[in-house]
Amino acid sequence: MIDWLLLFSNAAQEIISPTTAAYALAALGLAIHFGFTGLLNFGQAGFMALGAYGYAIATLTFGFPVWGAILFGIAASIVFALILGVPTLRLRADYLAIVTIAAAEILRLLFTTNTFEPVTGSANGLQGYKGGFEDLNPIPDGVYGFGPWVYNEYDWWVRIFGWGLVALAALITWRLMKSPWGRVIKGIREDEDAVRALGKNVYFYKMQSLIIGGVFGSLAGMIFILPRAVVPSNYQTSLTFFIYAILLLGGAATVLGPILGSVIFWVLLSFFSGFIARAVEAGWLPFMSSVQAGQLRFILVGVAIMVIVIYRPQGILGNKKELAFVK
Amino acid sequence: MSSSAGANGAPVKSTGLHVGEPAPGVKKVDPIIVADHIKRQFGGLTAVDVEHLEIPRGAITALIGPNGAGKTTLFNLLTGFDKPNEGTWTFDGQSISGVPAFRVARRGQVRTFQLTKALGLLTVLDNMKLGAKGQSGESLLRAIFPWFWRKEEEAIEARALDLLARFKLDAKKDDYAASLSGGQRKLLEMARALMSEPTLVMLDEPMAGVNPALTQSLLDHILNLKKEGMTVLFVEHDMHMVRHIADWVVVMAEGRVVAEGDPHEVMANPAVIDAYLGSHHDQDLGDPDTGVVTAIKELADDDADESKH
Repeated sequence: MIDWLLLFSNAAQEIISPTTAAYALAALGLAIHFGFTGLLNFGQAGFMALGAYGYAIATLTFGFPVWGAILFGIAASIVFALILGVPTLRLRADYLAIVTIAAAEILRLLFTTNTFEPVTGSANGLQGYKGGFEDLNPIPDGVYGFGPWVYNEYDWWVRIFGWGLVALAALITWRLMKSPWGRVIKGIREDEDAVRALGKNVYFYKMQSLIIGGVFGSLAGMIFILPRAVVPSNYQTSLTFFIYAILLLGGAATVLGPILGSVIFWVLLSFFSGFIARAVEAGWLPFMSSVQAGQLRFILVGVAIMVIVIYRPQGILGNKKELAFVK
Repeated sequence: MSSSAGANGAPVKSTGLHVGEPAPGVKKVDPIIVADHIKRQFGGLTAVDVEHLEIPRGAITALIGPNGAGKTTLFNLLTGFDKPNEGTWTFDGQSISGVPAFRVARRGQVRTFQLTKALGLLTVLDNMKLGAKGQSGESLLRAIFPWFWRKEEEAIEARALDLLARFKLDAKKDDYAASLSGGQRKLLEMARALMSEPTLVMLDEPMAGVNPALTQSLLDHILNLKKEGMTVLFVEHDMHMVRHIADWVVVMAEGRVVAEGDPHEVMANPAVIDAYLGSHHDQDLGDPDTGVVTAIKELADDDADESKH
């Protein structure tokens, strides 16, 4: 029989899990790119990989302290944004999409190749970089929490740090988008020639937007690796598409949408995968093996994205008038 | 609005703008734009090939010509939206050849577009505020801290509301620009351009797609620009409008300036008739371009009307 309580409890844990926070932050970065500026960035996984590897390599290879490693990861994503932006931001929007998707794949393959194994760990990835972060933990040893949310001091520290970063990023984004800077950015989304005709340096603004969203992506990559190891296969193109799914689910031109979208995405994903796995065990789906069942959840995610785009193109929190997915 | 009109209801025309006989490339008493040897080719096609052109300051100049004459291309070149193969030009005495569009705009030469570019998913008021120049809140670092720019923002908003009231768009200030009619968008685009306090306003087909009910108000707004000391250069197909408000007319055909002069003289110029009807208009080349023929006929009627008064 299916243990419903366990199923719901597992799903509820995703609400505050660090992975949810990481996806929320990456989606917020993408909201700045796509939702507010109209930049079609398909390389958010690359920015996340740079944050993750930047942090881990700076700690393991260069022996940086935590703050130094974070700055290193941020600097790497800024350089990446400049490399992507300088040749493409003057061109039509679709070129950025092609270049970013390819650049993110190049990064992933560079991190996977055996040539740099001493630094990147190749396909096995990296671990053992969490010492400095653990040392900063102010929470005394022990197990805390209630209901489904019972964790030890490290797990709580990761969650507080991760969601703290998400809150800070959301606050900055909210302030920016209510400012004259945000007005220029949204103007560029609507028609960059019109904004140029009003004396704004459109290229410069697009570059700023690409960098801010990219830095959010790289911070997301850092949160993402705190509860696990750095593994190159985590940064495939599908990661970018999951983040797009979250963004569209929550509302592309909103600040809280990506966060809400991430929570809903992970709760549903956890629930579906738990439910399907147990349903197969219980013999409810006799036509399906447990391996096939593991893939079914992604099919359901795909169906969910299609349903959103068709019936609620502006997302859950979006204003229908302000942004529809298909213009 | 009607204060810009003379005693008989017609707008006061600026005269004495040129030096010597009106001819393509004639010198102006006080030019705001001086362009030399501007050539723009698209593959084998020469879209613009202008030897010399001066635009008079403080007047309303119309740039007319048949479709494909290179008017909009010249506009794009002068405003930095396109780069010519060769040529130099100055604005207000300073060279702006090769200067990017946003810098040209900052110097006070602001333009609108043939296909209106209202920023649809911004409110009308935000559209207006975007037009203001030199906002400190547009810098990324200061944007996060509203106390740096709140005062400035209030001043900009007051100015925007004032302009919106003049353009009768104040009731729409909180609506998305996408909800405006075509004519209202033209008005918004013009008002937004004025937010940057320009010295030269360049309008690309301001009347295209405008509901006739709004035509008069648009004309008045353009005349007001001149009254306030701005120079206006516009591209237009509507000959009535050209006749009514332009102080000076530049006629282009096949990329060249073929005639210049005050509106009445220019319309009678054989080169202009050639440009519109083709120099072989007496030969049968199939269906005549009835639109153009009608336009020219209407002009002739206008002249007849006016001589009766």
